Amino acid sequence: MNDIWAGLASAFWLIVTLDPDLVEITLRSLRVSLSALLIAALIALPFGTWLAVRRFRFRRATIAVLNALMGLPPVVVGLIVYLLLSRSGPFGVLGLLFTPTAMIIAQVIIITPLIASITHQAMRELWAEYHDLLISLNTSNWQRIRTLIFDGRRALLTAALAGFGRAIGEVGAIMIVGGNIDHATRVLTTAIALETGKGDFALALGLGFVLIALALLVNFAIHVLSRTEREGRW
Amino acid sequence: MIRALVLIFGLVTHAAQADTLRLAVTTSFHNSGLSDVLLPAIKADIDLDVQLLVVGTGQALRLGEAGDVDAILVHSKSAEEAFVAAGYGTHRREIMYNDFVILGPDTDPAKIEDQSTAEGSLRAIAAVQAIFISRGDNSGTHKKERALWQNAGLDPATHGDWYKEVGAGMGASLNTASGLNGYILSDRASWLNFGNPGQLAILFAGDPELFNQYAYIPVDAARHPHINADAAARLEAWLTSPAAQTLIDGYMIAGQTLFTFNASPTSP
Repeated sequence: MNDIWAGLASAFWLIVTLDPDLVEITLRSLRVSLSALLIAALIALPFGTWLAVRRFRFRRATIAVLNALMGLPPVVVGLIVYLLLSRSGPFGVLGLLFTPTAMIIAQVIIITPLIASITHQAMRELWAEYHDLLISLNTSNWQRIRTLIFDGRRALLTAALAGFGRAIGEVGAIMIVGGNIDHATRVLTTAIALETGKGDFALALGLGFVLIALALLVNFAIHVLSRTEREGRW
Repeated sequence: MIRALVLIFGLVTHAAQADTLRLAVTTSFHNSGLSDVLLPAIKADIDLDVQLLVVGTGQALRLGEAGDVDAILVHSKSAEEAFVAAGYGTHRREIMYNDFVILGPDTDPAKIEDQSTAEGSLRAIAAVQAIFISRGDNSGTHKKERALWQNAGLDPATHGDWYKEVGAGMGASLNTASGLNGYILSDRASWLNFGNPGQLAILFAGDPELFNQYAYIPVDAARHPHINADAAARLEAWLTSPAAQTLIDGYMIAGQTLFTFNASPTSP
């Protein structure tokens, strides 16, 4: 119990004094995870909707694979991305290993299946409602996907936030491909792992509370910006 | 949207421009806190940003083999010599040493405080089958521990449940030892910097067998042309300079000197 109070106190002081290291790694966490979210959403939202709209031969298999990929262990993703980006790997010439870009790539791979799968679930229901209307209007596939994405934006927001939650809290993959380099690739989760390793539980826990607060803040901000969960508009 | 993407990629790739050097170091070196003293001095003296990758010796050597780092600073002599002999590194330069200690519960059920050698201590622990935590991650510390068991005439593979390989870094292993109240081999620096000691205490130290030599190996630029060999050479010159000697010999935790500088002033 003492450690938890010490953690709360250390989180409080870190935030109140605007510790420069804390600000730096927090901004880096946000930058990496929001970039990953943006890229993953651009891929996963249309793809998930397309899966709901189109009928093709390997649809079931594709959905099964997608759902299985949701459980992809981040450490495995990290190791594969590491081997690909290593100087001795196929993309070694790009020199991306141990940079924030490598961390974004790993996180995109981790969260894209998650967002696509939730999108597909939500869009399937919506498609059942819209099916007759959109077919009778003789819409193209692309028009159908756009309509569904626009009208289902609340559900897609949930999908995106789930993806963001997984990205910002992820440590296994970015530890391997980012290397947890101070002032270069250290983010909140890898800093927590490092401080735990040093036995400094108070600081680790303090960073953990900052991480939770950050996730809350981003969720609220997205709700405010997209004007959901408001009176008359839920 | 495309503009936003370009902007984001511009931001994320920007950081890699300054003159930087990637150095793979062991967890035990980093946990000692010495790097926090040396890195700012390196930045001030030779204007070089050293990016530390803190990994076990096993992974550090792999990073060097793949050319993902410019140099390595590790402590496992036989593995280092094999690394250089295989042509991955140009040469091996000894920098400094610290020492290992055997920690255990302060009640000392195996009575290793009465022992005069490291091997004797391990035999005593095995005799009473007290809990022993092993790094189990092929790191320098783990290799040292296995060498000590071998010298003691015991094979860890035949140990019973009391011998626990956790497969983790020094800090995480110390956390486990503290939680289980078991014996563990640790470098002195990591132990003094460790914040969660529980009932553990230093029970055995001082056997010359437990000295721990750190060496610096630049990765061979002939094999990996993108290696920043110039920065690696500058860093080596600084690490073996009197400025580094003052900082390394003067670094203390709780009034104890941790590292002894022993680099020869001329390149081998």
